Amino acid sequence: METRFTRGKSAILERSLTRPKTEVSVSAFALLFSEMVQYCQSRVYSVSELQARLADLGQGVGASLLDVLVLREKNGKRETKVLNILLFIKVSVWRALFGKEADKLEQANDDDKTYYIIEKEPLINAFISVPKENSTLNCAAFTGGVVEAILTHSGFPAKVTVHWHKGTTLMIKFDEVVIARDKALEGR
Amino acid sequence: MSRQSNRTTDGKKMNSELFTLTYGALVTQLCKDYENDEEVNKQLDKMGYNIGVRLIEDFLARSSIGRCQDFRETADVIAKVAFKMYLGITPSVTNWSPAGDELSLILESNPLVDFVELPDNHSSLVYSNLLCGVLRGALEMVQMAVDVKFALDTLRGDNVTEIRMKFIKRMEENFPAGDE
Repeated sequence: METRFTRGKSAILERSLTRPKTEVSVSAFALLFSEMVQYCQSRVYSVSELQARLADLGQGVGASLLDVLVLREKNGKRETKVLNILLFIKVSVWRALFGKEADKLEQANDDDKTYYIIEKEPLINAFISVPKENSTLNCAAFTGGVVEAILTHSGFPAKVTVHWHKGTTLMIKFDEVVIARDKALEGR
Repeated sequence: MSRQSNRTTDGKKMNSELFTLTYGALVTQLCKDYENDEEVNKQLDKMGYNIGVRLIEDFLARSSIGRCQDFRETADVIAKVAFKMYLGITPSVTNWSPAGDELSLILESNPLVDFVELPDNHSSLVYSNLLCGVLRGALEMVQMAVDVKFALDTLRGDNVTEIRMKFIKRMEENFPAGDE
């Protein structure tokens, strides 16, 4: 067998997935994140562009996090039901990222495609003061990006947007096909 | 500039993975935004510098460490207190130059690089270059001009990660802030 199959090119493939938990200081993260927000801000012209950029950065995080969490906590099994993937996000993803479950998960009364994840005081926003002139800005757009990537990469195409409502609310709007498929699965 | 607030984070810790992945997302973005690795390294250093300038305030307020007498003491504080406080690791301090103005910080593990593998086409990217900027910016605020760079990096196949620091000069007091 070629050596490239028997010996990993890099150490990362040899590392255990369940490493001992390591911790960094919240300030370190806050300073890094604030620098990221400023960097994004220097390259955009509007609040929505800034949020879009933060969401893009979050997408990268979500994509890598999904694989590692599925292997670590779900024995490699992916979710197929809408409710289960949402619970996976509320519980496992939130715990991995923020050390706690998300405050609330709700479904919209009037729309079966729409769900909300509500977080009273998101860690991401803890150190950000929103300027008055752009009061719509919500840096939790970053978290929105993380969630969107996890949903999309698990086969649940969705749009995730961030709003100021009962704290910070991530609004998840699933693609029609997702809901149709879920209903079909339920019928069986 | 310490602010009275009930949202203090005294000693608050978080899982390092969000930190690592967020940093990874940032580096990935910079690689898209800039044309070559050198530019990315420069930008990371600049962002690190901005962080360092703010981090030193936080550090001094929290650690109640007074003025360091010499560069040796500074190095000890950086390795044993600051790295421990912010990144949860304690690098070892070695390879002193005879004149005592140069040293190496050896990092057994680097929380910035968990999950990271450098693609072949980024061979001159110094992935953790942000750290150099942080050290430079923070020390500048306590009137020390230093030169910081990565000498060895596990990401490029070295056995350890080594940050080389060189003391350049003590800066004048009342140095105008933000004037590099």
